[in-house]
This record gives sequence, structure tokens and C-alpha cells, in this order.
Amino acid sequence: MTKADLVARVRERLEEGSQAEVGAAVEAVLAIIRDCLVRGEGVKIAGFGSFIVNRKAARRGRNPQTGEAITIAPRAVLSFRPSEALRARVAAGSQIR
Amino acid sequence: MTRLELIHELQARRAELGFRDAARLVDHCFAALAEALAAGERIELRGFGSFGVRHHEARTGRNPRTGAAIAVAAKGVPYFRAAKQLRAEVNRAAQTAPARAIG
Repeated sequence: MTKADLVARVRERLEEGSQAEVGAAVEAVLAIIRDCLVRGEGVKIAGFGSFIVNRKAARRGRNPQTGEAITIAPRAVLSFRPSEALRARVAAGSQIR
Repeated sequence: MTRLELIHELQARRAELGFRDAARLVDHCFAALAEALAAGERIELRGFGSFGVRHHEARTGRNPRTGAAIAVAAKGVPYFRAAKQLRAEVNRAAQTAPARAIG
């Protein structure tokens, strides 16, 4: 499913709205989530899941090739934790196949 | 940010949407994503990321407390991988901003 397919399916579900209107709104939803994550804030959607920003502290690493000690800079990584409801639906769906 | 805050922010950005419209839009958006995942579909949203389903084979698990063997059925597990650009932006922003509580 692509963004265009998502817009088409949201339109079918809504039973209203032009492709341009629904497309702009779906794009806005994605932009809002992106902006929130870039601010370092997580996004939690009940019944779907949570997008989480995990901060990793700086740590001492080693170049495995040369054995040289290096400092790995602190970084932030994104993760998604599906809700129990979504997990259950996806697990059930895959059993039928 | 929660679903409700997302709805309010959508209204702020798309002034033509009333609360009810914005709420229906957000809900149908996630419902459509969930439905696709439940059907085992892969979802690719350019500039945002992709969702998919990983298949886990049936296995024999163990109750860690009693050690009793239990059959774990095959199942699908949903995953999300953020777009390369989004991952980079989140990381870059974290370098410059001081650490703060994660919502």
C-alpha cells in the first residue's frame, strides 16, 4: 500500500471528501507525527501503537577492524511499539493465511 | 502526543476541518493502516516510513517459571521502519537539543 492507496482507502471509509482534501489531510497527519518525533516527543495512538524516540547515551566503542577505541556519540533512534489490539489482529490475520 | 492532541493539531493545520471531521480522518487513517497490516500487507509511505508484518514460525516455548514446554503458534508481528530522512532528522535534532522527558 502506498500513500495514494492509503488516501483512497481513507476516502472510501469516510464516504466523503475529494482526493485533494483527503490527500492533504492524510499528509498533514503524517507531517504532525514527524514534527512531533523530531522534537523528541513520542506519539501514542490508542488501539494502534506508539512511536517512541529512544535516546542512547554516548559510549565507548571499538573499531572491530583495528581494535582502536572510539567514542560513539549520543544518538536518538525511533521505534514503534504496536498496541496489544494491533498485535492481536495481525497475529490472527497471519494464521488464516 | 496522543490521538486527541493529534486531532487538535490537524484542525490547527487544516482550518477547513471541524473537530468531527478531523477526528474521523485520524481514526480512519489508523484504521486503514491497521486493516492493511491485519491482511499481511506492506505499507510504504514516502518520507515517513514503512510498516510490514514479520512472520514468526511456530515454536516450542517454555514457561520460564515452571520450565514446562508450551506450543507457541506461528504468528505475524507488525513492525515499522522510519524513512531514512526521518531517522536522520530525529537524530540530528537530539544532538542539538538538550535531553528532555520523552512523551
